[in-house]
Amino acid sequence: MAQKLQGNAKLAKQKKIKTDQDDLTTLYRDMLLIRRFEEKAGQLYGMGQIAGFCHLYIGQEAVVVGMRHAMVEGDQMITSYRDHGHMLACGMSPRGVMAELTGRIGGYSKGKGGSMHMFSVEKKFYGGHGIVGAQVPIGAGLGFANKYLGNNAVSLAFFGDGAANQGQVYETFNMAELWDLPVIFVIENNQYAMGTSVERSSAETELYKRGISFGIEGVQVDGMNVLAVREAGLKAIKHARDGKGPMILEMKTYRYRGHSMSDPAKYRTRDEVKEMRGERDPIDAVKSRLLDEKWADLDSLKAIDKEIKEIVADSAEFALESPEPDPSELYTDVLVEV
Amino acid sequence: MARMNMIEAIRSAMDVKMSQDPDVLVFGEDVGFFGGVFRCTAGLQETHGLHRCFDTPISEGGIMGIAIGMAAAGLRPIAEIQFADYIYPGYDQIASEAARLRYRSNGEFTAPLTIRTPVGGGIYGGQTHSQSPEALFTHISGLKTIIPSNPYDAKGLLITAIEDNDPVLFLEPKRLYNGPFYGDPHAPAVNWSGHDLGEVPEGHYRVEFEKARKIADGDDLTILTYGTMVWVAQAAVNDLEVSADILDLRSLLPLDLESIAESVKKTGRCVILHEATKTSGFGAELMAQVQEHCFYSLEAPIERVTGWDTPYPHAQEWAYFPGPIRVKTAIRKVLEG
Ligand SMILES: Cc1ncc(C[n+]2csc(CCOP(=O)(O)OP(=O)(O)O)c2C)c(N)n1
Ligand SMILES: [Mg+2]
Repeated sequence: MAQKLQGNAKLAKQKKIKTDQDDLTTLYRDMLLIRRFEEKAGQLYGMGQIAGFCHLYIGQEAVVVGMRHAMVEGDQMITSYRDHGHMLACGMSPRGVMAELTGRIGGYSKGKGGSMHMFSVEKKFYGGHGIVGAQVPIGAGLGFANKYLGNNAVSLAFFGDGAANQGQVYETFNMAELWDLPVIFVIENNQYAMGTSVERSSAETELYKRGISFGIEGVQVDGMNVLAVREAGLKAIKHARDGKGPMILEMKTYRYRGHSMSDPAKYRTRDEVKEMRGERDPIDAVKSRLLDEKWADLDSLKAIDKEIKEIVADSAEFALESPEPDPSELYTDVLVEV
Repeated sequence: MARMNMIEAIRSAMDVKMSQDPDVLVFGEDVGFFGGVFRCTAGLQETHGLHRCFDTPISEGGIMGIAIGMAAAGLRPIAEIQFADYIYPGYDQIASEAARLRYRSNGEFTAPLTIRTPVGGGIYGGQTHSQSPEALFTHISGLKTIIPSNPYDAKGLLITAIEDNDPVLFLEPKRLYNGPFYGDPHAPAVNWSGHDLGEVPEGHYRVEFEKARKIADGDDLTILTYGTMVWVAQAAVNDLEVSADILDLRSLLPLDLESIAESVKKTGRCVILHEATKTSGFGAELMAQVQEHCFYSLEAPIERVTGWDTPYPHAQEWAYFPGPIRVKTAIRKVLEG
């Protein structure tokens, strides 16, 4: 395990990446929105306002925010059930996401999908998928459509280290490279799949190498560094947009909370979590740089925090006030309605 | 005898068989180190060793196929699929390989494996953690499909499944793991400790397949059901104070046609209950069988109460679940018919 953390530290020591006040403040704000939203979701779950499965993204914010800032209008995103952060990064409304968590009509899937299943055509977010690995070929299919339609868009398929062991991922790698599809495979390696660490589930633990036998270039990225993520994302997306086919980005990241809301956390030590939180937090890192560069002071950061807390509080209020779906909704959208 | 809930009973069945037979192995996602998300395999790794109870990667297709190969070579694997909703990546191996190995090798090769997987709703799991896919498996020849409704049966049936020389799909209604569920999600949870069927022998015993259990004995109608709906049926019958035979089928394939026919011929009326969607559900098969075997005894059209023909919704779980109100309506209808 020491090695695992060291691996991350090595990645972290890379050069200081160029940015400016506006840019870094935006990244900070986007990550903080996810963090505060997830904290609120955790609270509502604790109060019994959210039921069933709920997978928080806390700790991994830099991955989706960095990648989102490497995308352009028209590019698509698809991910697993750990999807709240992706939706917020895509610009979906915090109200609509929170109301889906509480199972209300104001939610993106009218309460019928729940935490794991939300979509937005407008924001080019293709879900929220509860079946581990299922989104990966679908993401390549989005890439296929982009190529066929000649719309110049790139699709980003996010999946976990655990999902990286599903057979359909490799069928997809082969087809994506064979057909030069504009798709980026973003492996969010948070080092655990439920209670199983990468070491205990994977013969090859360096997940960026998983595309080698298909000829897919893979890069390992410090997923706790939002600028490093964006930099890698820009290169990979350019590669795909230039017609050179897919790439794999392995994001070394970490989830602070349990897998889902009930997780006895026997599989890792408190110290491990504490160390990551204390030393590698993606939001703290940006905060320090903002302060170091004198692009922010404690007051301006406080103001941002306040603003975000208001957005999140508003989403929670909406999610609790929105009515439950009408029984007639049970039958809508099973098949096309005429 | 010991008091066990369904989780403990299932664990005990595996423990007994692992102690008796070195060829019995248990594996699946998070079953070893963690002991399973529902704790069914807790302690088996400590007791029987890492080589006999172990974790797999998230690879359902591979898990199924590897289990079949092990079984064909003489082992008795028990593979857990964490939720039945995740079984589809392994479906090809089950349908095309496990179920047909005996037939296509003229009986030379068989696949004596047990596939354990939790089914059904009631935990706000939504569309990917609540399904009841039994009919997708009873449609396959060469595979046995079993679904217990209580700790006693769960242990005995699982032991029989492990000892069976053919592949067995063992479906565990997750809402029943800790106690019987009578269909009202707002009622305080009941556990198995106060229930007769929570009394479970500690050692080895079998509950044979193809034998329904009579949960209630009556004259006015027959209720055919299984899994979680067994207890919903019982609550509805008690509430209405009707005299009903409730048959807990337990073994869907092979099916205890004898008990079904005997009961329906006696009562002349039949209600079929399951949680899965209606269209092409196992209830359709039961209806056809009752019609074929009991047509001249029927005094009213058969009623089916099932989940709606929609995915299992997250927010409207209890509107989807065929609860006591729908069951009682159907009972009244067949009694009037
Ligand atoms: C096909 C399938 N198998 C198993 C599961 C149960 N499951 C849900 S999440 C999960 C772990 C996935 O881990 P990873 O891909 O690393 O993603 P993370 O949760 O770490 O974001 C498992 C086993 C599932 N949802 N679908
Ligand atoms: Mg993971």
